[in-house]
Amino acid sequence: MVDLKNTDVALIMGSNMAENHPIGMKWLGEGRRVRGTKIIHVDPRYTRTSVVADLYCPMRSGTDIAFLGGMINYIIQNKLYHEEYVKAYTNASYLVADGFDFQDGLFSGYDAAKRTYDNKTWDYQYAEDGTTILKDPTLQNPRCAFQLMAKHYLRYDIDSVVKITGSPKNKYLEVIKLFATTSAPNKTGNIMYAMGITQHTVGSQNVKSFANVQLLLGNMGRPGGGINALRGENNVQGATDMALLFHIIPGYIDSPMNTAAQKNLLSFVKAVTPGAAKVPATNMAEFRAAVAAGIPNSGFKINTSKWVVSMLKAWYGDACTEANDWAYHYLPKRDAAKNYSHIAMFEAMYKGEIDGLFVMGSNPVVGGPNANKEQAALTKLKWMVSVDLWLNETSDFWTFRAWERPHGGTHHTETFEPKDIQTEVFFLPACAVYEKEGTAAQTGRWVQYRWKGADEVGQSKSDLWIVDQLSKKIQELYKGSTRPEDEPLTKMTWGYGHGEEPEPINVGLEYSGYFVADGKPIAGGFANLKDDGSTACGNWVYCGQMATKPDGSLLYKPQKRDNKDNSKTGLGLYSNWGWCWPVNRRIVYNRCSIKPDGVTPWEGDADRVLIHWDPTNVSDPTKPDVVGAWVGDDVCDCAKTAPPDKAVPFLMRPEGTGCFFAAKGSFKEGPFPEHYEPWESPVKNLMNSQAVNPASKIWEPDKKGTTADYPYIGTTYRVVEHWQTGALTRTMPWLAELMPNMFVEISEELGAIKEIKNGDKVIVSTTRGDIEAVACVTKRIKPFVVDGEQQHMVGAVWQYGFKGYATGDPANRLTPHVGDANTMIPEYKAWLCNIRRA
Amino acid sequence: MTRLMTNLYDSSKCTACRGCFTACKDSNQLPAVFDKSYFGGPGNGTYDSKDGDTDANTYMMIRFNETEDPVDGVRWNFLKWQCMHCMEPACLAVCPKSAYTKLDWGATFHDEDKCIGCQYCTYACPFGIPKYRKHTDTVTKCTLCYERVAEGLTPACARSCAPGAVKFGYRDELLEEARIRVKFLRANGFPRATIYGETELGAGTNKLYILTDTPDKFGLPVNPQVEGNTVFWQDWVQPYAGWLIPLALGGSAVSFVTSRVVANKNEEHGKGGHA
Ligand code: SF4
Repeated sequence: MVDLKNTDVALIMGSNMAENHPIGMKWLGEGRRVRGTKIIHVDPRYTRTSVVADLYCPMRSGTDIAFLGGMINYIIQNKLYHEEYVKAYTNASYLVADGFDFQDGLFSGYDAAKRTYDNKTWDYQYAEDGTTILKDPTLQNPRCAFQLMAKHYLRYDIDSVVKITGSPKNKYLEVIKLFATTSAPNKTGNIMYAMGITQHTVGSQNVKSFANVQLLLGNMGRPGGGINALRGENNVQGATDMALLFHIIPGYIDSPMNTAAQKNLLSFVKAVTPGAAKVPATNMAEFRAAVAAGIPNSGFKINTSKWVVSMLKAWYGDACTEANDWAYHYLPKRDAAKNYSHIAMFEAMYKGEIDGLFVMGSNPVVGGPNANKEQAALTKLKWMVSVDLWLNETSDFWTFRAWERPHGGTHHTETFEPKDIQTEVFFLPACAVYEKEGTAAQTGRWVQYRWKGADEVGQSKSDLWIVDQLSKKIQELYKGSTRPEDEPLTKMTWGYGHGEEPEPINVGLEYSGYFVADGKPIAGGFANLKDDGSTACGNWVYCGQMATKPDGSLLYKPQKRDNKDNSKTGLGLYSNWGWCWPVNRRIVYNRCSIKPDGVTPWEGDADRVLIHWDPTNVSDPTKPDVVGAWVGDDVCDCAKTAPPDKAVPFLMRPEGTGCFFAAKGSFKEGPFPEHYEPWESPVKNLMNSQAVNPASKIWEPDKKGTTADYPYIGTTYRVVEHWQTGALTRTMPWLAELMPNMFVEISEELGAIKEIKNGDKVIVSTTRGDIEAVACVTKRIKPFVVDGEQQHMVGAVWQYGFKGYATGDPANRLTPHVGDANTMIPEYKAWLCNIRRA
Repeated sequence: MTRLMTNLYDSSKCTACRGCFTACKDSNQLPAVFDKSYFGGPGNGTYDSKDGDTDANTYMMIRFNETEDPVDGVRWNFLKWQCMHCMEPACLAVCPKSAYTKLDWGATFHDEDKCIGCQYCTYACPFGIPKYRKHTDTVTKCTLCYERVAEGLTPACARSCAPGAVKFGYRDELLEEARIRVKFLRANGFPRATIYGETELGAGTNKLYILTDTPDKFGLPVNPQVEGNTVFWQDWVQPYAGWLIPLALGGSAVSFVTSRVVANKNEEHGKGGHA
């Protein structure tokens, strides 16, 4: 966040940063003060962020790829890219396999029946050895990634783009030109985004478009650069790190599946280690030897087996040995044919496939897509445990008020009476964040320990206490069992202190990692992890956050509070404030902050160099013959002693470079982002004849609204006065006073058409349901001119429900069950609706 | 004379998060009063609380002014709205009970113990700020957090402002800062940027604004005036008001002014006298 002050141009797109991330916004303000940072805001609405931006450009919701594709095309056609950076630090020069093709919105390998791709051809050309990727350093070969990308985006000329996005042409050009100034070697530009980018059927590809822009302009891995996800909630970062998603285990490793191909640890690590599938090893010892010898095109993830075994060791302790395949069989395996994302879970629940549900810090009756259906799904449960500060809409989903629906809705929605709902509901009162201790990881991966600020209220308990008790009680129930299927519980290590209240520092030690022999923390970080049972580490990316103090006690680095900036040029690294994963590296890919030779700064940008190559430095006194190392104010994001020509900047990628062409399984819908319309859209796709993302999962094809009944674009968002589903803030009188009522915003033009005045009660409808709201008729929303026709938008705040002081219908009763092809994040941000006076 | 201390509000930095609004309510322990039927101001289409004015339980608020013109397009001008702590306060001039005093460092202090709720100040105030509170039978307004300032703290609003749009300090220093800022803004897309409060009402006010546009675009009077009859009040009515008003409230005298006072005592009201 502090790094925002180092940027020359900030592009805020799909985020209402000033409202939802006011403290982050402060650092852009600092940038303005110290270096005249310019701020661009691109959004369907003129918001409080637009007010503080230097340049605002509207864009129809769901057309980000067109918007950014036009930017990519303009940058390439006008040779505005940072050529030296592109050649050295990206895969621009890599030749792509001949079989790779793109025709009318479809990449090679599409299976229309299954709505999936076979990505075999999404690969590079290799030399005879089958592993060396062929390249053309001049970027002239028509099959190189750069030329293929240039060709792909040639269709995205300015006029075609604004026809799709509805942006005023002059504003659009202004945005492109201003942001492209950051390709100068002495300038950097930063992109900030939030849910306005991700909550689409093309969410992941929206972000990939950012990556292409930033790599072209040479903005990755440099202070003031980067692509920054503004997380929707503090510690969402931490939750993701700890694998609060169904498809990964801690540290972003794919979670194991129940397939024959992943039946044991060896087959699993072969599957999840890039390039390892063909390694001929028949046991872990041979695999270990192959890793030691090096696997081509694997990148740093070649070490995955060490992270997995260390995690198993942390979880199963003495019961995790070479002899029992490191307890791999204890790990739950997901069904390869199933999807466990939010939408899928509620669909399964609705079908009666799920008996029980734990809801912690979540309120799906307000926050879930297609909330009418999700609320109905809760009635199919046998039991539900709700853990929250207040009885929220989800814990009270069975009450009378929960089923009140606006009169005169356009169609029937399922409602229930409390007496007909059999779900047994338990409520556990939880502590607020200030009433408990522990770490939180923010957007910039800084992990900061927070001490308790106030005592808990009544019988409320911290989440850690609740989970700890739950685990202990379950283990107690299985105590003495000798059944092998109970072993994942009976053999699980569990113990975080001796008192009633678990000690966060003990949890921290487990995921930071320790040597099994003496229990001492692995202070040196994940390079020390082994897959021979000698190290235990719950989450490799956090390895090294714990060290031993001279007096033998634990040094928990997230507790550090040294507010002195260690950057000699005032970049605001603050490396001794908290701790940052990985290995306290504050700016990732920082190898790019200096020229490829490792010693020359980018022209005119000496102040933003983070690391450089010192050919005489001996970094490890125990190895005096290893001379030369990367040094600087930040921790280098490349092999410490690898000379500049070997020190690749994007370690985690098998290629070692930033990728314009996202090979193989990187994305479900193709190596280059292509514009598709949202699932429900008022217009046809002007770029190709595919309507929606061809790889997206459509859950309810019959619920697709059409313009005949639902002519307007709907979108959702938050306001600064309320927090997420409002459970915290709608119960706060002063905040409820500021935003007391559910409201929707429409343009004066739409207001005139529908005879809706400001303050009128209106009904907004989709195929999923109806809501009642107060209309805010405003100049800040304007119709979009798309392909010559006016398209209107209805904007709905999604933070209301029937509990608390500030109440109103949840906007998510309107949103669809359809999601991004990769992440399954719901398409909250673009759908079709109708509106009329109530 | 003690060096004047004041608040400087920079509209170009404000994100209308309303942290100051909440901090003010917290610091002054003012209750939330909300009307479920309400959204924005009628015909307003913006995010104003209530009808965009201070009231008995709201000493300060952020006002949202939507403007549109062919050159700049849509703009949303935020304004922190509260007592301006005028250098020569009309409220002080008209108050029959001398409930108002000017503190040496600049705050216009209103003593609720002396106040009889007659609301002459409300009518005299060029901004219509003081508001009647029924259960205490007094008017209320922003105190410039004089108690906090006395303890060496900054006013609650300034303390809470994350983007640094509200500052508290010496008036001369803040004025200097404001001049530099306005110069910068004029050169960077806001040619009509201006300082408000330096010379308004002659002597100026002890709250300073940096505006990105002309005052009317922020709903402020471009040339605020103290009504002419204020002088009349001060010289003629005030000396007698001490006994005139109780009589009036008792219903024995019928005059233009006093009947207005009686009527206004019936309910708390959110509108200034000039509305
Ligand atoms: S706290 Fe500051 S930014 Fe927020 S509304 Fe008040 S003055 Fe504006």
